[in-house]
Amino acid sequence: MSTATDADATTRARDILGVSRLSNSALTTWLHGLPGVDQVGCEARAAALSTRSIKKDSKAWAIDTAISMIDLTTLEGADTPGKVRGLAARALVPDPSDPTTPRPAAVCVYGDMVPFAQEVLGESSVKVAAVATAFPSGRASRAVKLADTRDAVANGADEIDMVIDRGAFLAGDYLTVFDEIAETKAACGQARLKVIMETGELVTYDNARRASWLSMLAGADFIKTSTGKISPAATLPVTLVMLEAVRDWRGLTGDQVGVKPAGGIRTSKDAIKYLVTVNEVAGEEWLDNHWFRFGASSLLNDLILQRQKLATGAYSGGDYVADDAPSGY
Amino acid sequence: MVTFEYAPAPESRSVVDIASSYGLFIGGEFVESDGGTPFKTVNPATEEVLSEVADATEQDVDAAVRAARTAYSRVWSRMSGTDRGKYLYRIARILQERAREFAVLETLDNGKPIRESRDVDIPLVAAHFFYHGGWADKLDHAALGDNPRPLGVVGQVIPWNFPLLMLAWKVAPALACGNTVVLKPAETTPLTALLFAEVCQQAELPPGVVNIVTGAGATGQAIVDHPGIDKLAFTGSTAVGKMIARSIAGTRKKATLELGGKAANIVFDDAPIDQAVEGIVDGIFFNQGHVCCAGSRILVQENIAEELDHRLKRRLQTLRVGDPMDKNTDVGAINSRTQLERIEEMVKVGESEGATRWDSGCDLPANGFWFRPTVFSNVSQSHRIAQEEIFGPVVSVLTFRTPGEAVAKANNTPYGLSAGIWTEKGSRILWMADQLRAGVVWANTFNKFDPTSPFGGYKESGYGREGGRHGLEAYVRTGADD
Repeated sequence: MSTATDADATTRARDILGVSRLSNSALTTWLHGLPGVDQVGCEARAAALSTRSIKKDSKAWAIDTAISMIDLTTLEGADTPGKVRGLAARALVPDPSDPTTPRPAAVCVYGDMVPFAQEVLGESSVKVAAVATAFPSGRASRAVKLADTRDAVANGADEIDMVIDRGAFLAGDYLTVFDEIAETKAACGQARLKVIMETGELVTYDNARRASWLSMLAGADFIKTSTGKISPAATLPVTLVMLEAVRDWRGLTGDQVGVKPAGGIRTSKDAIKYLVTVNEVAGEEWLDNHWFRFGASSLLNDLILQRQKLATGAYSGGDYVADDAPSGY
Repeated sequence: MVTFEYAPAPESRSVVDIASSYGLFIGGEFVESDGGTPFKTVNPATEEVLSEVADATEQDVDAAVRAARTAYSRVWSRMSGTDRGKYLYRIARILQERAREFAVLETLDNGKPIRESRDVDIPLVAAHFFYHGGWADKLDHAALGDNPRPLGVVGQVIPWNFPLLMLAWKVAPALACGNTVVLKPAETTPLTALLFAEVCQQAELPPGVVNIVTGAGATGQAIVDHPGIDKLAFTGSTAVGKMIARSIAGTRKKATLELGGKAANIVFDDAPIDQAVEGIVDGIFFNQGHVCCAGSRILVQENIAEELDHRLKRRLQTLRVGDPMDKNTDVGAINSRTQLERIEEMVKVGESEGATRWDSGCDLPANGFWFRPTVFSNVSQSHRIAQEEIFGPVVSVLTFRTPGEAVAKANNTPYGLSAGIWTEKGSRILWMADQLRAGVVWANTFNKFDPTSPFGGYKESGYGREGGRHGLEAYVRTGADD
């Protein structure tokens, strides 16, 4: 569904819901009819999955896989061409001391910084993702948010990370949220669309589930937890709820949607817990950077450190991990 | 080819030292049995012999009861509650310090996954001793009655499914209330009880306050029949519980019995379905289903039965069955060949009754006692697999149409130990809990235990409660009682 129009999305949604008109009331009935999420039970499952002990070969595989799933990110007001080029260069050579190190999946920058990233990444396999739609708040008119998206796409973004209108969602105006996602998807052209739900503002797991289904219905290629600009950002339990959603969506429609937790994932241990959760909840088809990403920056440093330790037998330290932004964003 | 293989993650055995043989722990010392023939205890995951333990005779039991009586009248009943509490705290601290050792030993002797012994059994064991240490000097404030005082010598016979935890549930309240103990661990799982005896020595518990006599059915009967026992506490099968009740009828002995169950885990159409599936898995596959309060019957609302069946079977494909010493194992070994044969027999019965059998199809190790997680669907209330306790990783799924029907089916059993309710509707939880004839009711969870929470059953699941303030009642006499 790479060049879908928003009219196609509406038609498809009507079909999935089994209604003749996609009204807000139809969406409400559908979303509110999804099974609830018991908070205690959900968090207990996440905690249990966190006790998996991943060692030796499986740890090495997990570290390399996690590196390949990173969307290496810089989203500062103070971003400069130099900063962005440096980040992109890092994505091409994550560890100069070890050329076998895999590359991250993408770099993630503001839409107007895309050209500087593309200068460096050009023909490589590393994608350029741009945040858009008045990131991070999403508080602007539809026209402005779509223009933001088109600019990023015109600048060469391979992927767009949009934000949903949380105000509309929490006020129960699901149709507005749907329409915005569908129109943004249409504006993406060939670019893949990640939909940021900002689960920290939605608060409950029930809302995270509903927002996941609404986003997928409207044409998301990826559902993403957070902007990383507020706390809490990604958590394992909320990611677990999203993995259940994409699993069940595929069961219902046959379509696969990706998942991206973003923000707050700093250590290799954390990343491995997420991979275990992907493996045991959604299934191994999601253990690939086409379908799972980590939105992170300092995580890469810890993964490189752990990778070096596995290779050499000893922990090196920050001085041995080439870091383009050592102040640690 | 599996994309994400978890490499073996074995816990090390080296933390525990298992002797080649053990005597009986009587009067604070390990002593030889007076003529009993020792028997072996094996690791059910490998069938490797772990050690040899004594088979206590009537004479041994008599010696233990006399040691307990001497310790009671000369030391323990004269000690203040505060001082008794100090011993309990000391024992609790030592158990925490030696937690890894106990967890490993429990897994080797019982077959349960190391993750469970480490994260569930041993922490609860320490918690029970800490909790009851706190009660030892507060019995006057436990609303037990006037002048609560100990009964004397208590005989305790415990099962093999949670060896050290069942010991803690028995010993901690008994000691807190000022009684002394003669305890027999199950014949297939004596080792953590014998290591506990070392902890009693390490804590310098006065000799004879706790006595451990290993053995099988005859040893248990000798304890039950001994005239020097003031009270019996038993956890095990309903059949043996009835034998005990018959044995003590007409005597002055008090008893509490915690017996079997066939709990209903009830899933309504508005259940948080993903968590309900986890609750079902916890309810019947935790500890290989060797749990008296296991959710061995699922009662699912008929309009979501197919959906639940699909989700449950998909979930069971990710359960890891294998080496209990591997930290990633979810389901360990069946405790003994006898128990395995019982499970196999009941599963054959289920098939012959017309229920539909399904299992996860996972690989099983060549040696040891193993059974795959199994689901029977299309089960009716009148099937034996819906009535009889199987005590293994086998669940029977039945349907219901209305809340009233769910209650009726849940209660339609001679047992009454526990039940689970899965629904998002709070009012229904309260309504159901009020009507279910089960000693423990879990709502949107299962198999959750705490020393503060009294545990025990209705009907043929036994009588008496263990844990909490209620659990102290069985260990004291009050008022004018003599």
